[in-house]
Amino acid sequence: MAAGAQAKPMTAETAEEIAAQDFARVVEKHRPQIFRFLLSSTRDIDLAETLTQDCFLKAHRNWGYFRGESSAMTWLMRIAINLQKDHWRNRRMQFWRQTRTNSVDLDEASEWLPSGERSAEQQLLARERVKQVWKAVEKLSERQRTVFLLRYVEEQDLTEIAVATGLSEGTVKAHLSRALGKVRAGLGGER
Amino acid sequence: MKLNLVNSKRQRTASTVNDALLEQALAEFRQSVHSWSEAAYNRPRGFRVALRRSWRLAVGWALGCVLAAGSVGGGIYEHHRRVEARLAAAAQAAKEKQLQAKETPKAADEDLMAAVDSDVSREVPAAMEPLAQLMDEGESK
Repeated sequence: MAAGAQAKPMTAETAEEIAAQDFARVVEKHRPQIFRFLLSSTRDIDLAETLTQDCFLKAHRNWGYFRGESSAMTWLMRIAINLQKDHWRNRRMQFWRQTRTNSVDLDEASEWLPSGERSAEQQLLARERVKQVWKAVEKLSERQRTVFLLRYVEEQDLTEIAVATGLSEGTVKAHLSRALGKVRAGLGGER
Repeated sequence: MKLNLVNSKRQRTASTVNDALLEQALAEFRQSVHSWSEAAYNRPRGFRVALRRSWRLAVGWALGCVLAAGSVGGGIYEHHRRVEARLAAAAQAAKEKQLQAKETPKAADEDLMAAVDSDVSREVPAAMEPLAQLMDEGESK
């Protein structure tokens, strides 16, 4: 009986069901990370939520074409980066709209810091440093910012970043180095 | 030589301190983004955002409609105004033409009478000339 059940050929419906379950697992696992990347890129909670939705909608439509050459996370991140690029491009075209309408300001973004076991003074200093980093990140070019956030917030390695951004590893390194230089300079300006 | 060594040692120390500071700042930045994202991700989702967006959308549409209606209305009004001006000009021209046409026969009659008068006064037959002179003399006496 069991052997008979195992030998039963997989129907198209069963395959679809399995794919849907796989996709649901992927969404559950990677959604917070995609949201975090989009939030740090846009500093806009509503926009990050919308883009995350769009990202998974697009991923769901193309799930059948995902061949697993890269990890699901890298594939999703690539979709998210492209969506974000498209969004800013469209925003620039709609020049009458104010860009970054709902974006959180630097002070508010720097407020978020786990309290840990630090003193109030240490927390204040840490907030100030985080604010300086945000300031520097704001001044980075779109590519530099993406690479920087993927490396230092999402902690991805250079190969993953290269696949997600569609750049060569050398280019990723160069962007990262410039971004880091600017952040270092930003922190230096603090003192 | 000694001074160079001291300088390079100082630079190395400064760079190390800088690296340490950078690493610390990057770690804090990462923690900050992670906790912010976590809080934002788990926040209760209400209708506020949707309402705000729909309100903005409605205002955008209303403004767009007003602009479109204004431009279309303006165009129609301008066209109407031009047509009216053209009609008024045509009517004025017709009126002037009519007046001119009325005045023309009167002027022609007057011209004709003047021409007849001058012709009558000028063309006195030669045989009547002495008689006319006599009449003039008799009248003067």
